[in-house]
Amino acid sequence: MTKPSGIVRATLLKDLRLEWRSKDAINSMLFFSLLVVVVFSFSFDPTSEESRQIAGGLIWVAFLFAAVVALNQTWAREIRNQVLDAYRVSPAPANSLFIAKALGNFIFVLVLEALMTPLFIMFYRLRALGPAWQLLVVGALGTWALVVNGTFFAAMSLRTRSREIMLPLLLFPISIPAILAMVQATTAILSGEQARFWIVLLATYDLVFTTGCLLLFETVLNAE
Amino acid sequence: MKRLFPILGVLTAILLCYGLYQALVVAPTEQTMGDVQRIFYYHVPSAWTAFILFFINFVASILYLVKRRSAQDMVALTTAEVGVVFLTVNLVTGPIWARPVWGIWWTWDWRLTSTLVMWLIYVSYLFLRRFSSGGQTPTLAAALAVLGALCVPFVYFSIWFFRTQHPQPVIGGGGSIDPRMWRALLVNWLAFSCFAFMVCWSRYRLEKLQREVDEAHAMQSLLAPRGGVR
Amino acid sequence: MNGNGYLFAAYAITWVIHITYMGTILSRYARLKREIEQLKK
Repeated sequence: MTKPSGIVRATLLKDLRLEWRSKDAINSMLFFSLLVVVVFSFSFDPTSEESRQIAGGLIWVAFLFAAVVALNQTWAREIRNQVLDAYRVSPAPANSLFIAKALGNFIFVLVLEALMTPLFIMFYRLRALGPAWQLLVVGALGTWALVVNGTFFAAMSLRTRSREIMLPLLLFPISIPAILAMVQATTAILSGEQARFWIVLLATYDLVFTTGCLLLFETVLNAE
Repeated sequence: MKRLFPILGVLTAILLCYGLYQALVVAPTEQTMGDVQRIFYYHVPSAWTAFILFFINFVASILYLVKRRSAQDMVALTTAEVGVVFLTVNLVTGPIWARPVWGIWWTWDWRLTSTLVMWLIYVSYLFLRRFSSGGQTPTLAAALAVLGALCVPFVYFSIWFFRTQHPQPVIGGGGSIDPRMWRALLVNWLAFSCFAFMVCWSRYRLEKLQREVDEAHAMQSLLAPRGGVR
Repeated sequence: MNGNGYLFAAYAITWVIHITYMGTILSRYARLKREIEQLKK
């Protein structure tokens, strides 16, 4: 099992299996998702005319918070069992670990989004005036943008004081172009306007930052 | 080296005074905005200087990741900090300019918004430096600096497109510039760049001294152990 | 506050920010110098 893809698959399956068995995380995230949607519905009146305009932004802010909570606790488990040190010592390439963690987080956050989306559609009476399939593309690209940077910064925040606040502090500024793109693309699709520019920008952002994180992860993992 | 500092300091002060003279006296009064427009001669050079500093930070961070010399790390820290100071000046003078001209303090115009995001990115860098512990700080900070620098073109491009779709009043003025205004702008840019160099030099020396003191403390506790650590 | 008031405010606050920052550098430097003299004794 020394092939990188083998390591990725093994780590990923291990993470998914752990999540599935514990169900702690998934239950609390489920409830968290519901709470976020309900709180937003009280903060931003779903029945008003403007809700269609701001729905794109609301949804992604909710997803962003859910992603931060998910990211914070996926690395926490590793620290508890000193798994990170074991990874550092093992001959496995650091990138495989990163990809496995990022994919695991990606799947986890996608599940959360899948739970929250029907609630949003129902509460805000959303209907896509543009091609709805594009929303799936935006969802995947946007989530990956948040997760790839989030996994990287979560690993960075591990060795800092105030670990939980460091992650959003580092993640949010750098994610702003991606967040702008996701929100604008979603709003455009919902209102039946052209979203192509934003989708291409988001894809480019994903490409650049996935590459950057892959190149830098080993350095960050071994920083001492 | 030590004697050079005060000489350059005096030269910088002279340049800054000349820049002030250019900005307030020589440059012609703008037609539509009046004398308030002269804020431009401080507002714009601050941003340009900050960008140069952040570029140096990017280069120093990459060099550190490759060569791992502490001088490179100190340059990275210095340029980031001083860059944030200059960008803060830009972000504060912007609204002071906007208020009399447009009647509002903040407008989500392209330049001001992008500058704000850059400011956030580099402040987060400074937070990382403060909150991470000892040995790893230079490496982690350098990695963040590289990602942050990669982000900058995305920031400017995405917000620019966003604002061409949803136009707001533009701070910073467009259109043609009188050559006398250009000269005032460039003189002030040169003056502030020299000033930035002086500030960076001072900050660098401070950081060097700080590290010396930390090392001296470490040596002291090594050579004179307290308690029964045998 | 008319136009010139804003102009003065902008230039003034620029220098307040720069002088404050330089001030913190200089005072930290002085404090560290004293500390290292102490340590060298």
